[in-house]
Amino acid sequence: MSESQITTKTYLKTFVALLLLLGLTIGLSFVHLGPFHSITSLAIAIAKAILVMIYFMHLRYGTRLTLIFAGAGFYWLIILLLNTMADYVTRSWLPMPGH
Amino acid sequence: MSQPKTALAEQFENITTQRQSARLGMWTFIVTEVMFFGGLFLSFVVYRYVYAEAFSQASHHLNIALGGINTGVLLTSSLTMALAVQAAEHRNKRALILFLLFTILLGVVFLAIKGGEYYIDYRDHLIPGSGFRFEGEFPERAEMFFYLYFAMTGLHALHLTIGIVIVAVVALLGWRGHYQEYPAPVEMTGLYWHFIDIVWIFLFPLLYLMEKSS
Repeated sequence: MSESQITTKTYLKTFVALLLLLGLTIGLSFVHLGPFHSITSLAIAIAKAILVMIYFMHLRYGTRLTLIFAGAGFYWLIILLLNTMADYVTRSWLPMPGH
Repeated sequence: MSQPKTALAEQFENITTQRQSARLGMWTFIVTEVMFFGGLFLSFVVYRYVYAEAFSQASHHLNIALGGINTGVLLTSSLTMALAVQAAEHRNKRALILFLLFTILLGVVFLAIKGGEYYIDYRDHLIPGSGFRFEGEFPERAEMFFYLYFAMTGLHALHLTIGIVIVAVVALLGWRGHYQEYPAPVEMTGLYWHFIDIVWIFLFPLLYLMEKSS
């Protein structure tokens, strides 16, 4: 079976990496990063989620079809977030008639 | 006439195809859950952008230490869940039960800490409604932060509670000798558990680690 390719050692390494990333994101929250604050914490969260999905959820050893299904969900989530924020962020860029 | 009952359902050619279908089905379910939580995440991101300062002030009423410990607890529970799935693959009944019980314990610890946090919020009058008190320029905007905070963490806690019940049922059935022939249900339970972990991985920095507005 494919999942037996992942050893206990790999699981432990993934776990340690997740804890280090958790420590990093908490540590960075006390540092003033300005506009990069949200970007770094989001990037770390994505890195943690990818680690969980690849190793704990076996995506690395799954079929390509499973990967496409999993990816589709996050792809649509990105569309939802990006398109909506593209509206809110750019609203103040152009003057509204009558204001 | 009657054949011995096997794990293979009659519509599948072999057990490998059946397991792949189970995985694909579970991932499809998880994707619907991602979209379900996605709406709340979108609401939060929009309000956070529009009410940036009030949200930042409100966020600092949350306890980073408790939230951080809870993140660690949930990450550890994901490790024990992954090891439980591995034990099921190796047909190691003893390890399977042990790791499932650890997973349940860590899930309960998470809920207990979360409950403690809710109590602190209650004590500090941060529950939205007529009792809501907030020292700041825009209390009604901070109240929106707490509406979303309770909706998102509450929905997450509900999922975790369901997860704990499912893991408990799997542990009981495993103890009775299930999954020796076909361990896929343990794997599917694991996928659900890891999904709950991933939701929290995004909730924690979003809610707790917002930058202080200076």
